[in-house]
Amino acid sequence: MTSIPATTAIEARIGRWARGQKRYDTAFRLGTTFFALLVLVLLGGVIVALVEGAAPALAKFKLGFLVTEEWNPVTDEFGALAPIYGTLVTSAIAMLIGVPISFGIALFITELCPPWLKRPIGTAIELLAGIPSIIYGIWGLFVFAPLLQDTVQPLLIDSLGNLPGIGFLFGGPPLGIGIFTAGLIFAIMVLPFITLVMRDVFETVPALLKESAYGLGATTWEVMWNIVLPYTRGGVMGGIMLGLGRALGETMAVTFVIGNAHDIHASLLAPGTTISAALANEFTEATTDIYLSSLIALGLILFIITFSVLVLAKLMLLRLQRSQGT
Amino acid sequence: MLKKILTAAALATLLWSPAGAQQIDGAGATFPYPLYAKWAEAFNGQTGIKVNYQSIGSGGGIKQIKSKTVDFGATDMPLPVDELKESGLVQFPMVMGGVVPVVNVRGIEPDQLRLTGTVLADIFLAKIAKWNDKAIADLNPGLALPSQAIAVVHRSDGSGTTFIFAEYLSKVSPEWKEKVGASTSVKWPTGLGGKGNEGVAATTQRTNGAIGYVEYAYAKQNKMAHALMGNREGEFVAPNSESFQSAAAFAEWEKAPGFNLLLTDQPGKKSWPITGATFILMHVKAEKADSSKRALQFFEWSYKNGGAMADNLDYVPMPPKVVQMVQQVWRTVTGPDGKPVYTGAAGM
Repeated sequence: MTSIPATTAIEARIGRWARGQKRYDTAFRLGTTFFALLVLVLLGGVIVALVEGAAPALAKFKLGFLVTEEWNPVTDEFGALAPIYGTLVTSAIAMLIGVPISFGIALFITELCPPWLKRPIGTAIELLAGIPSIIYGIWGLFVFAPLLQDTVQPLLIDSLGNLPGIGFLFGGPPLGIGIFTAGLIFAIMVLPFITLVMRDVFETVPALLKESAYGLGATTWEVMWNIVLPYTRGGVMGGIMLGLGRALGETMAVTFVIGNAHDIHASLLAPGTTISAALANEFTEATTDIYLSSLIALGLILFIITFSVLVLAKLMLLRLQRSQGT
Repeated sequence: MLKKILTAAALATLLWSPAGAQQIDGAGATFPYPLYAKWAEAFNGQTGIKVNYQSIGSGGGIKQIKSKTVDFGATDMPLPVDELKESGLVQFPMVMGGVVPVVNVRGIEPDQLRLTGTVLADIFLAKIAKWNDKAIADLNPGLALPSQAIAVVHRSDGSGTTFIFAEYLSKVSPEWKEKVGASTSVKWPTGLGGKGNEGVAATTQRTNGAIGYVEYAYAKQNKMAHALMGNREGEFVAPNSESFQSAAAFAEWEKAPGFNLLLTDQPGKKSWPITGATFILMHVKAEKADSSKRALQFFEWSYKNGGAMADNLDYVPMPPKVVQMVQQVWRTVTGPDGKPVYTGAAGM
């Protein structure tokens, strides 16, 4: 008899509680939606600001801005070709050197490393990822560049420089700093990022798959190439893109070691510049409006390059998945 | 009750102190920053007025003073009279310094290598590419010059130092004037760029066969091999405060409206040819009369008491003759009431 009012009271309390929870739920949903949308608004804001700032330069130089090497603050003639070239070439060198090494390190850690060595190597790589880029720059200028000038570059010039076909890539005097040095520093900088991602995704491969392959008599390399890599394709690609993104946008380290010259030389050993290095160097003293606008236009181009790289990576991944039929 | 009174008192102090602390805001050239910072510290110690100087670069300084966000701007490249009039600004020189070519060639010590303006221009135009080129060897009989490629090092950022250097090369080399010209940043025909004086100094020191140009203070402090320069009279002089002062003494400031004067390639047997001044910009019609007054007070104090500090940092103080002319200009700076904001050191 007494249980009926008690139940209704409890029900009423539960109902009130549930309604309260529902309100919290709504507030929570709206809150998180707002935060998520904020990202889009910020991105849109950045694009609008860049386009607006770049408009005077783009209106003056039109599409010629993209294909002109001239960069003359005295006569106010600006073209973006040299920084675009420098950005792409240094990043390409970084990827050519960084990706295979990262792959090797990740392979070693996950498959071949004795357990007692796993932790020290992993920690060392994580520490490498944490070094601020300015430190790489200073180290590059004071230690690495003189070393390259005295030993590696003369060797390259005397050996590869004489080869037909690619000899022109290694011509000119050894200066120590330039596109090639910047690419090498980039390779060292992106290495930990790519390695850490690769290691983590390699570890997600089910032991069953690998053991089956080993059971069938496959070598470590065959297991890696035919089992682990196809299984982790997406993650590996993600790691490479993360590294590429860092190389494309890297600023302080490159400013120290690239030579900061708005020129395009055939030789990789010659000085050049990248978009971010040009921005870091020249913003403070960009005295005329068109100069400033040209620098902002460079920023817009970097934005577009980074964005295209991202889109290309996604498309590539989609095609890979489709051809796999999964 | 007591607690309430104490809280109120504490609050009052908190609110009062920012209003009580007088501050001057300035922004601009990086070249005089070490000296301005030193002056500001000493000035603050004596008067309690805080000088907040941001070394954002000459271009930034010009922009900031035009948009009236600071009390004074500082630039190494003097503005032409038209531009001063148009923006309602006055301009006056604050301190001078020298730009010196520095080299890194094995076996060459400071003050050994002799260069002339035309040879220097040809090196930076990439027309002279080896250290044992005849043009350099002829100037330096008895100096063992290697058959090494010359690595030109220049500033990668815009800079008043670059302006002074390029302006000098324009004066002595018609080809430089036509192909490159002078500005705070130029289209370099060749070479490596280093960021800031310290970047050029570091790159030059780390690159064998390099030649660069830096503010004298950087060359001296880093013990770099600076070269002797042939001046207009055909004499080879070493960079030091004596040769900078000689160049300044020959400058005819009275003939330069708006103090728009460049000190490169001055006459005088002892004159260092690549000398330059750095300038202050202020609004003629001061919106905040108090701030402008305090800023002028700071400059007057610096002219009067800052000479020794300037010497220590290898800058060259302005000659008394020029200071008097500048003081005349200060009287044209008026507040909203139309009266001069500052009438001399009487108020100090």
